[in-house]
Amino acid sequence: MTGSGDWLLVGALAAVLVALAVPLGGYLACVHGGGAAPGDRFFTPIERIIYRLVGVDETREQHWTAYARAVLACGLVSVLLLYALQRFQGHLPANPTGRGAVTPSTAFNTAISFVTNTDWQVYAGESTMSHLTQMAGLAVQNFVSAAVGISVAVALTRGLIRRRSATIGNFWVDLIRTVVRVLLPVASVAGLVLASQGVIQNLSGGIHVRTLEGGTQLVPGGPVASQEAIKLVGTNGGGFFNANSAHPFENPTAFTNVFEIALMLIIPFSMAFMFGRLADNRKLGWALFATMFTLWIASAVAVTALESNGNRVLPRNEVTQMTTSTQSGGNLEGKEVRIGADGSGIFAASATGTSTGATNSAHDSFTPLAGGVVLANMMLGEVSPGGAGTGLYGLLIFALLAVFIAGLMVGRTPEFLGKKIQATEVKLAVLSILVLPASVLTGTAGSVLVDSATAQASNPGPHGFSEIVYAFTSTVNNNGSAFGGLTTSTDWYTTTLGLAMFAGRYLTIVATLAIAGAMAVKQPTPATVGTLRTDTPLFVGLLIGVVIIVSGLTFFPALSLGPIAEGLGR
Amino acid sequence: MSTSCATLTPPDAPAGSRHTRSGHGAGSMGDPVLLRRAATDAVVKLDPRVMARNPVLFIVEVAGVFASVLFVVDLPSATAADSTFTGLVAAWLWFTLLFANFAEAVAEGRGKAQADTLRLARRDTIARIVTATGTTEKASSELAIGDRVVCAAGDLIPGDGTIIEGIATVDESAVTGESAPVLREAGGDRSAVTGGTKVLSDRIVIEITARSGETFLDRMIALVEGAERQKTPNEIALNLLLVGLTIVFLLAVVTLQPFAIRAGAPQTMPVLVALLVCLIPTTIGALLSAIGIAGMDRMVQRNVLAMSGRAVEAAGDVSTLLLDKTGTITLGNRRATSFHPAEGATDIELADAALHASLADETPEGRSIVTLARERYGLDATESPGAILVPFTAKTRMSGVDLDGRQIRKGATEQVRSWVQATGGSVPAGLDTMAAEIANTGGTPLAVAMADGRTGRAAVLGVIQLTDVVKPDMAGRFAQLRAMGIKTVMVTGDNPLTARVIAEEAGVDDFIAEATPEDKMAYIRREQLGGHLVAMTGDGTNDAPALAQADVGLAMNTGTQAAKEAGNMVDLDSNPTKLIEVVEVGKQLLITRGSLTTFSIANDVAKYFAIVPAMFTGVFPQLDRLDIMSLASPHSAILAAVIFNALVIVALIPLALRGVRFRAAGASQILRRNLVIYGLGGLAVPFVGIKVIDVAITALGVH
Repeated sequence: MTGSGDWLLVGALAAVLVALAVPLGGYLACVHGGGAAPGDRFFTPIERIIYRLVGVDETREQHWTAYARAVLACGLVSVLLLYALQRFQGHLPANPTGRGAVTPSTAFNTAISFVTNTDWQVYAGESTMSHLTQMAGLAVQNFVSAAVGISVAVALTRGLIRRRSATIGNFWVDLIRTVVRVLLPVASVAGLVLASQGVIQNLSGGIHVRTLEGGTQLVPGGPVASQEAIKLVGTNGGGFFNANSAHPFENPTAFTNVFEIALMLIIPFSMAFMFGRLADNRKLGWALFATMFTLWIASAVAVTALESNGNRVLPRNEVTQMTTSTQSGGNLEGKEVRIGADGSGIFAASATGTSTGATNSAHDSFTPLAGGVVLANMMLGEVSPGGAGTGLYGLLIFALLAVFIAGLMVGRTPEFLGKKIQATEVKLAVLSILVLPASVLTGTAGSVLVDSATAQASNPGPHGFSEIVYAFTSTVNNNGSAFGGLTTSTDWYTTTLGLAMFAGRYLTIVATLAIAGAMAVKQPTPATVGTLRTDTPLFVGLLIGVVIIVSGLTFFPALSLGPIAEGLGR
Repeated sequence: MSTSCATLTPPDAPAGSRHTRSGHGAGSMGDPVLLRRAATDAVVKLDPRVMARNPVLFIVEVAGVFASVLFVVDLPSATAADSTFTGLVAAWLWFTLLFANFAEAVAEGRGKAQADTLRLARRDTIARIVTATGTTEKASSELAIGDRVVCAAGDLIPGDGTIIEGIATVDESAVTGESAPVLREAGGDRSAVTGGTKVLSDRIVIEITARSGETFLDRMIALVEGAERQKTPNEIALNLLLVGLTIVFLLAVVTLQPFAIRAGAPQTMPVLVALLVCLIPTTIGALLSAIGIAGMDRMVQRNVLAMSGRAVEAAGDVSTLLLDKTGTITLGNRRATSFHPAEGATDIELADAALHASLADETPEGRSIVTLARERYGLDATESPGAILVPFTAKTRMSGVDLDGRQIRKGATEQVRSWVQATGGSVPAGLDTMAAEIANTGGTPLAVAMADGRTGRAAVLGVIQLTDVVKPDMAGRFAQLRAMGIKTVMVTGDNPLTARVIAEEAGVDDFIAEATPEDKMAYIRREQLGGHLVAMTGDGTNDAPALAQADVGLAMNTGTQAAKEAGNMVDLDSNPTKLIEVVEVGKQLLITRGSLTTFSIANDVAKYFAIVPAMFTGVFPQLDRLDIMSLASPHSAILAAVIFNALVIVALIPLALRGVRFRAAGASQILRRNLVIYGLGGLAVPFVGIKVIDVAITALGVH
């Protein structure tokens, strides 16, 4: 069983997160609130130079359609650049490991993957990408894609809080301000902390060393700390190394393990507080946070408890799975012993809950029900607490639906922040929520119908099914974590998963921005006691219920045939 | 004057005593005639062109056809058990549809019955048209706007119009259900008459204002029948949500087959069809239109005619109520409550003069003065033959009596002062203070003066205090409205001081004093600009612009044609207090929709727990642990879910028609209550229901 020390750790982590997320949320609100923000004297000149360079008029606001076009244009250009960089990396500098061109299908998949903040990796980082591709391609997209998510969340926030406004902000300004004022500073500090703990940061191609046994080994090098920081802060998850955060050069110590968990969670949580500040309703910010937090802590406790409990198939009297002074207990298959079942469990719940998709253990090797929980965590639609920005806008869309149903139940046309939720908003919210089940279910169904695709699963039965469901759930949600066990470098998967990532990202974003535009023009109704309040524990409970029921009703059959069938089996 | 009619149509009928429209032959839900008619309609409505309007039910119909075809096609080859199963699934899908159609038909039934009764009043009659030379006859169906018709006692009024000459008592029971006759007269706010009503006395000349086929009665028939029913904004939004859910479940079921094949447990078509129908929101899909129709019907039962469902829905959203003081908040008439003698006069003198001045005054105010003088001072007097009445006129604004050379006058302080000064009398200094004090406490001062026959000089005797009487329990209703988040605003012609006192006594949140129609309009605009939805009542032509501007404009049936055209609801009882009930009906409509939607969605959880284990325990025996209901067999489990899904519609029809119980409370309380009942209840009920049905069908040996 899990020791009390683990719960202490979770408690301490939660306390630190709240202590940091509240001020960071306040800072984000200043950055995107339109008024003066801390650090203006330093940042404004830098931003102005960038605006001039890219030709942005920072005073001009955009209609939602213009905002959406800008997001799509940004994505398209990013995909093309990243694709080209991978294809030509062999001819470019900063390639000490001598990597050649990435294959077209992998380059296509990877370009979409990193631009959509998914960081699904069909390749092994150290043996595929040059240092230049890692730094100028993947790491840049780690910043940009996270900033796009935050920008869309900010745009939706503006749509909800503005009265009778035709515009929802300027995408380029939101993007640049997010990168310059939020992501770069936070990632810089985080990178330094990681480097101080032993995460490597160099431009070497690796050192050949002679081992004690007399063999030779290549100790890899690379700009890892800088990339590791934004991988987590931007909820990206794409590791420099194939082993991701299980690699000692990415995640060397017990401290970095907890620190990395905190980095993944900090921005998604702080977005809730940003919303509360901008909406001038801090209680509502706390309510959104409480929803995210409850879902996160529930999944973290569930995964950790299930994993720490060990593998029940192993005979109890012959195999000791207890934590002792000489071993970490629980189910250790596919885990770093130094991280242990609990350190892996909390990490996995946080990485799937935040759409980061970083891994420090093999999810494929989790006990079936724990694997089911991390899968279900993503099936919630990435709101526990979700990705940078995506978590907030995903949850707000669920909130609109919850308000719609509950609002009718109190006898008024439903309102959120005083704005009526009518046919247009319901239609768009439903469309946005439909993207997930439509893509995951059809992708999975397609894959199980194609024999060559089914064959890529390394396991038969429910487990193999889980592997396929997991791949589509992870990519549509732009999570990027892999269950493992499924070979996805085939053309079928690189293509379908690539499309899944694209659909999951951009269809949702366009629907979200359309909602922002539709809400922005509305006149809010003043709140009365007859108004459904959205900042109460009751509403938090309702919202959690809606999130769980919507995903549960969609995915219950799939979960039954995968993790549940496996987990309840002998 | 407005008070003259008050005795004929009591505007103050307490809520409990309002008559329903049952006099029109519209039965309750249990009426066997209605139910038979609804059952027939339920079958007729299976027409796919009708079903296509409701996407959820249309899918059920497609599924029903599919299952039926499967049953027939597989009949020769399938085992008896499989055939029975397919046949039962198909049959219950049809039952699901019939139940859904029945719900709608029952809801429509009441309206149709009412429409039939109303049609009786719309008989073709012969109208007598006034021409330059006399009268000619013309069929009522051929009347044109602007025609002038004469109606005498016993005539049916041939069309909607305005009285331009004469005064008459009219029996409007054909329209309002109220048998007491009402007074209609040319000029003023009581000049409108409705086609199909009957003149009981006197003779009037009416100018026709509506073409045949477009009269109030025609519109009323169309409305109660629901012929022009259009989906309301919330209904449209809810429908979109239901379509979205249907798509999700369609995807879930369609993709489940490949998953099942991979798991080695391919499902039969009837099973998949059953799963689909159980998951899509059939319950709310089936009841949605019935809820809407029933909401309109509840308005009709309260004798309120809503011109559109949109108006009913807006009533639920109203956050500001504009209520006329007189007749709504206070009893129609002020009452004399005390005498304040002026310097140099005694209260007996004042009371005596007031009594004499009021003996012939038939207004309620005048009579209340007589009553007060008699009761308080034991005075009595009878009308003396020599008394010359001086009636109230708009010019003098005083009334009184000339008796034995004495002239007694009562009227507004200003007028009485001018009169006294004109006769050369002096006005005591305390008069203004006295009048102001009365006004400050919410009363209306009425000065009394008497001119001596010898000198001809008049002297002020004092002031009668007239007080508005706030209707009993209004404060309680306003408190309820406040608890629902609705602001009440009193509109009155009184001065601000008087208005404030009455507003405080009645417990309204705000008031508009010395209100002109423009003030009302400006107030509405201001509230709307702030995002509020405003409801008001009105009957005069000068109310028409404000009625049109308000989100809910409840026009009084006794009001002018212009007011009735401008509002989006007409109260046939002409009881302005009813605005509060209108708001409650609107809220109840939305609550019923939301609650049943929640119930419908929550039901799905149990259905999954019934069907999914049934589908897959063959290949994954361990999934029987999900079968927490311990159902007898896979087939019985699926059938039980399908049957529950159909029966729950029938079970909920009464609730859909009656509406979820509404209590005046804040949003949080209502939400908590309804979430527990319809959310948690919706989770729990089907577990029990499916289990019971499973036990029943197993006992019957169906499987």
